[in-house]
Amino acid sequence: MNPRRKQRLAIVAAVGLLVVSAAGLMLYALTDSIDLFYTPSEIIEGKDGQRPQIGQRLRIGGMVVPGTVNRDSQTLAVSFDLVDTGPKVTVRYSGILPDLFREGQGIVATGVLVDDSTIQAQEVLAKHDEEYMPPELAEKMKGIKHVKPANGSE
Amino acid sequence: MWKWLHPYAKTENAYQLCKTLQPYFWGVAVVALVVGTIWGLAFAPQDYQQGDSFRIIYIHVPSAILSMSTYVAMAVAALVGMVWQWRTAFMAMIAMAPIGAVMTFIALFTGAAWGKPMWGAWWVWDARLTSELILLFLYLGVIALYSAFEDKQQAGKAAGVMALVGVVNVPIIHYSVEWWNTLHQGATISKFDKPSIAPEMLWPLLLNLLGFAAFIAAVTVMRLRNEIVRREIQRPWVVELAQQELGGRNAV
Repeated sequence: MNPRRKQRLAIVAAVGLLVVSAAGLMLYALTDSIDLFYTPSEIIEGKDGQRPQIGQRLRIGGMVVPGTVNRDSQTLAVSFDLVDTGPKVTVRYSGILPDLFREGQGIVATGVLVDDSTIQAQEVLAKHDEEYMPPELAEKMKGIKHVKPANGSE
Repeated sequence: MWKWLHPYAKTENAYQLCKTLQPYFWGVAVVALVVGTIWGLAFAPQDYQQGDSFRIIYIHVPSAILSMSTYVAMAVAALVGMVWQWRTAFMAMIAMAPIGAVMTFIALFTGAAWGKPMWGAWWVWDARLTSELILLFLYLGVIALYSAFEDKQQAGKAAGVMALVGVVNVPIIHYSVEWWNTLHQGATISKFDKPSIAPEMLWPLLLNLLGFAAFIAAVTVMRLRNEIVRREIQRPWVVELAQQELGGRNAV
């Protein structure tokens, strides 16, 4: 490589390094704000020593604890517990749940913290994992009986 | 080691290479896309959780992966143009930009159409979706910057700098689902582990990935030929080429 090309390559590399470190520092500083949601244990135990305050608007993401889903038979009100690795947080919600909502499913809910471990949600979103498989295989591997979202009464 | 590449810095050689490669790319693209799409949409089994809705993966995943690969290819072309001062490299860069932008748009659009029934929302400001949207803006920025200059040599350099700087975003898109809590799920196939998808669903996905890649390559060489002819319109070999084409048409 001739000297001029080498020089240009060095300049490009130096600028590239600067940009990468700038972006890296920025993202590092923003880590907390970029996270989409709190996990239930972060709400109860706090994240980096800070616990969210009562009345704060936040998002929570966790697994629906099987057996805790209570539906009101007269209205659309529903409540359920979310868990990750530690304590549980109760979510109350009034509205239509997404098709993928079921016990054991990952859920992201947006709402207001009403007391230490209860959230009044305005929006509930379902999170699904990155595994795709036919129903027969899922039944064999995970013991999950496939229920079509359309005819869930089955 | 890279000596074989040097002749293609000349626009005439690059044009001839593109012309030779074009039919092969189109052939692979058509076969892979037709087989992969029909297989994926009609014959692959349903997903245990998402039923038929998961089939949009056969469009969403290839376009998303290739929107990032196209960006990297564009940045490599910009680097070559900048360091070795190849005009052809800048032409290749700008030939790729709109295709990459369209792929990014397809990924965002199919993602929204998938998100609504499954997650319950068209759009969420999570790290994966936001960084992919930034990728679209980077593509549009490169195109806009290139078109803003009258002198295309200057334009190539300016847009090249932007393309190179923007490459920072590509690893952020890829790792966003690991570094932060996101609504978007983790990687299924582009990881060093065994893919978390059943083989009978994976094969059509890989076929479509190949098809999308060949399609992008085919459109790139077409656009590159176009760009070369437009920029070199005064050169004798282009004039000769034009006369040949015209002569051939008149004879028929």
